[in-house]
Amino acid sequence: MKGEVRLAISTDADLVAARAQGRAMAQQLGFPRPDPTLIATAISEIARNIVMHAGTGEIVLRPFEEHDRYGLEVVAIDAGPGIRDVEAALRDDYSARGGLGLGLPGARRLMDGFQLHSDAAGTTVTMTKWRYRDELARARAERRRRA
Amino acid sequence: MSVAILKQGDYLIASIQSDLSDTEVNALRHELAELVGVHRSRGIVIDVAALDVIDSFVTRALRAIVLTARLRGAHTVIAGISPDVAIAMVQFRLNLEPLRVALDLDEAVVALDRLTRGDHEDEG
Repeated sequence: MKGEVRLAISTDADLVAARAQGRAMAQQLGFPRPDPTLIATAISEIARNIVMHAGTGEIVLRPFEEHDRYGLEVVAIDAGPGIRDVEAALRDDYSARGGLGLGLPGARRLMDGFQLHSDAAGTTVTMTKWRYRDELARARAERRRRA
Repeated sequence: MSVAILKQGDYLIASIQSDLSDTEVNALRHELAELVGVHRSRGIVIDVAALDVIDSFVTRALRAIVLTARLRGAHTVIAGISPDVAIAMVQFRLNLEPLRVALDLDEAVVALDRLTRGDHEDEG
């Protein structure tokens, strides 16, 4: 699949643009409903984390294709203060700066893959969502394997 | 303005026209709290059908808008959550409890009629 898109994030207008881009790219890639909305919602959360905690950062939207599936990787990068307790940030009850606790665990539930790396140099969140090109063929192959 | 607010009898109808930034969502809270006083409105419908995303911020903001309007004497019903947004909210584990929601504008007005009738009975 053609190129990635890099979006600078520093204002809440950038956040609106990032989720619109993510949705549009998901639709272009062929994600069925409601996936584009799930992806846009997850992007909204991690982009807001950048604005609130780091001030500025970047969202990279990277389409990928493998032999039997396609997908979208979303990477959020900032050079902010970092998240001190990553485990806690991914727990549902975690509440930092105005009760943002819901954001990251919620985003993780919307996507298929979710990785969070944070240290003194900043935070990187990598999220992926993918679809098998032929869900039906895959289900049949799965059944044959098990038989 | 990305939200059109119309006065319809005792009610205010706030129709969100496009995806909103966080700043615009916060502005809506102030504007509705003001307008409830200006028009002496008893009820508000917030039509969110045009919202592409209802994430944790918007969920919290809607709750704040409704509670603020309630302190100004108005009931609020949220209308028009799209099927995809509803699915995303459930998977995210967001919910709008204890806010009132309705399928669309018409249903929201019916719900407001019921809610505000209750207010009048209390007064009587």
